[in-house]
Amino acid sequence: MDQTRSTLDLFNNVDLTTELRLGLPGSDGKPENVKSSLSGNKRTSSEMGSSSCTDENESRYSPPTKEQVVGWPPVRSYRKNILQVKKTESEMGSGMYVKVSMDGAPYLRKLDLKMYQSYEELIKGLQVMFKCVIGLYSEREGYNGSQHVPTYEDKDGDWMLVGDVPWEMFISSCKRLRIMKSCEARGLGEFV
Amino acid sequence: MDLDQKRSRSVDRVDSVDPDSSESTRTCPFPDEVLEPVLSLIDSHKDRSSVSLVCKDWYHAERWSRRHVFIGNCYSVSLEIVAGRFPKIRSVTLKGKPRFSDFNLVPEDWGADVHPWLSVLAEAYPFLEELRLKRMAVSDESLEFLATNFTEFKALSLLSCDGFSMEGLKAIATHCRNLTELDIQENGIDDLGGDWLSCFPETLTTLQVLNFASLNSEVSFNALEKLVTRCKSLRVLKVNRNINLDQLQKLLLWAPQLTELGTGSFTQDLVTRPVADLETTFGNCKNLLTISGLWDINSVYLPIIYPACVGLSFLNLSCAALRSFELAMVLMHCKSVRRLWVLDNVGDAGLEAVGSWCPLLEELRVFPADPFDQEEVAGVTESGLISVSQGCPKLHYILYFCHQMTNAAVATVVQNCPGFTHFRLCIMNLGQPDYLTNEPMDEAFGAVVRTCPNLQRLAVSGLLTDLTFEYIGKYAKNLEILSVAFAGSSDLGLKYVLGGCPRLRKLEIRDCPFGNAALLSGLTKYESMRSLWMSACNLTMNGCRVLAKEMPRLNVEVMKDEDSEDSQAHKVYIYRTVAGPRRDAPPFVLTL
Repeated sequence: MDQTRSTLDLFNNVDLTTELRLGLPGSDGKPENVKSSLSGNKRTSSEMGSSSCTDENESRYSPPTKEQVVGWPPVRSYRKNILQVKKTESEMGSGMYVKVSMDGAPYLRKLDLKMYQSYEELIKGLQVMFKCVIGLYSEREGYNGSQHVPTYEDKDGDWMLVGDVPWEMFISSCKRLRIMKSCEARGLGEFV
Repeated sequence: MDLDQKRSRSVDRVDSVDPDSSESTRTCPFPDEVLEPVLSLIDSHKDRSSVSLVCKDWYHAERWSRRHVFIGNCYSVSLEIVAGRFPKIRSVTLKGKPRFSDFNLVPEDWGADVHPWLSVLAEAYPFLEELRLKRMAVSDESLEFLATNFTEFKALSLLSCDGFSMEGLKAIATHCRNLTELDIQENGIDDLGGDWLSCFPETLTTLQVLNFASLNSEVSFNALEKLVTRCKSLRVLKVNRNINLDQLQKLLLWAPQLTELGTGSFTQDLVTRPVADLETTFGNCKNLLTISGLWDINSVYLPIIYPACVGLSFLNLSCAALRSFELAMVLMHCKSVRRLWVLDNVGDAGLEAVGSWCPLLEELRVFPADPFDQEEVAGVTESGLISVSQGCPKLHYILYFCHQMTNAAVATVVQNCPGFTHFRLCIMNLGQPDYLTNEPMDEAFGAVVRTCPNLQRLAVSGLLTDLTFEYIGKYAKNLEILSVAFAGSSDLGLKYVLGGCPRLRKLEIRDCPFGNAALLSGLTKYESMRSLWMSACNLTMNGCRVLAKEMPRLNVEVMKDEDSEDSQAHKVYIYRTVAGPRRDAPPFVLTL
């Protein structure tokens, strides 16, 4: 890219003989100058540094991409977080709310599956929302041992045990959730 | 008063440590009974600083009448000195970390812990009423200490602070019986935790300012509604994103007197109320001057705020992803707006609307919706900025993130608006030249400093040679704050700035080819500045040691990085101080 080549030229034209500089006595200070001024604070890939040094004769110098330079552009992190959430939402639609019922509870709740990244988080969220204990999942025994068992209705209309399929598959097929009492849920676990 | 700003002039300079040491004592014609009430009317800390330098009598009258102390750098002075000089302080403003900590350039645990200050404050000023902190580390223990040791405490403001959690806020809510203000902005905390809002006692009715917009925690809406209902003097309410439109409606019914409103998520879970109802509620808030928040707002809900826009002076849309036509729709109702913050996805078309509808605009900030957007499809360009400058002759504050700019465009902009006081341009691609001529952006900033005599704050970007700095040093006579990144060609650049800019207070530089010779050229200047930050430049430990030796009243601090060589001074922070070297420096901060 032209502009970066001219940046390099500017550095090369500086008279370094009277300037204090880094490097061992007798070594050519130029590459280090270029490196320290263009390299940013931390380089995630060490090639970036070396490519800028050896590069004058090569056609391609790519300046550090934005993601490799710490603190650039100078945007506060809370602002980045707001914006990132926004992007995800617009990419995937505005939230994925499903109804959640719990046996014995007087009314249903709604939960945004997008807020969770894993079954663990979902279970935690359910426990907080309904003030119940669901416990740990195991492939062989389901939620054996706990009072409550999380189940869901999938795209085909079948009631499934939460936890059997990979998370991504789960959130794309889950239409609603139901927290069953374990005595009623025994039927589901036995088929696994 | 900014205690950092004692000038080394040879007037009757009264030392804060020894008040009786002035050379000549002029007889002051005003008795104290006249002088103190008169001086108590002076609020500005800069004016008070000038007042205190007139003569010994005025110095004493000023120090007894001062109620608010402003400390721009918490390490520049010790609280013992402050308490010794000002016996009757009711309000303290304290700033800590260098500004580049906002962009993760300052390591964690660097310092600026407020706790040591609080311990001394409790002894010196047990009746302290207000504390305003910026970029300080604030722990839950500190907040609890604050809440329980100051019986008259009324107002807490935390801007860009971190280290606390909801537990600390619970303490404030529980114990501060006379709380009028709780203002939390731009914090970096992880705030999963309890519902602190429910801790406000039923007896608390004095709240005037409540801002928790930047906290993610779920709060009890019930508690919030009751709080708003019983605090009849509430004038500033900024809620977080978890509060939806229906809930906001209820709050506004109880608090139509608000002057500043920060909404939550501007959508409804269920459509319980027609939009017209919501519009009416907003219309009943006749005193609104500021609106912010507006997360998730879209065309359907935009009209709700129109009735409130008429008298609006500050509209903050930086959390609202509006498109250009939506922005235009809003702005048609905002004829008197003076300050506007938007995201760059409103595009140049949106900015044209700004130029068309907002003739009284004084401040515009355009933030990047997607700072790491590699494709650079969206965003604003130079033509958006030109449109604004054409329609808004009173514009004097600009913060502009863009992907491309030209020298000619900037020259046009400042010709249209020569009154700029704050010019902060961020061309997001590093080292990008004028995209039409391929030349460096030197002439752009040259035009800015030549055309705008009132320029106080400047941030430069793009491909820049030493010429930019020659212009700045030569023309920017009123410049106080300068931010430089990835710019300059040699030591000359920094030398030009340090040799000019008589009013420079804060200089922050990163990734520039400035070395020891440049650093040392500013030897005599640093005592008249608050601070200098230089990171990833060409400074060495030896250069910094020379500076430290020549200037004993500066703290020359070097932050060691594991990656850098031992002789390199990778991050350098230099500031004047009367408190000596930091006593709380972590192991990676060396004071030379």
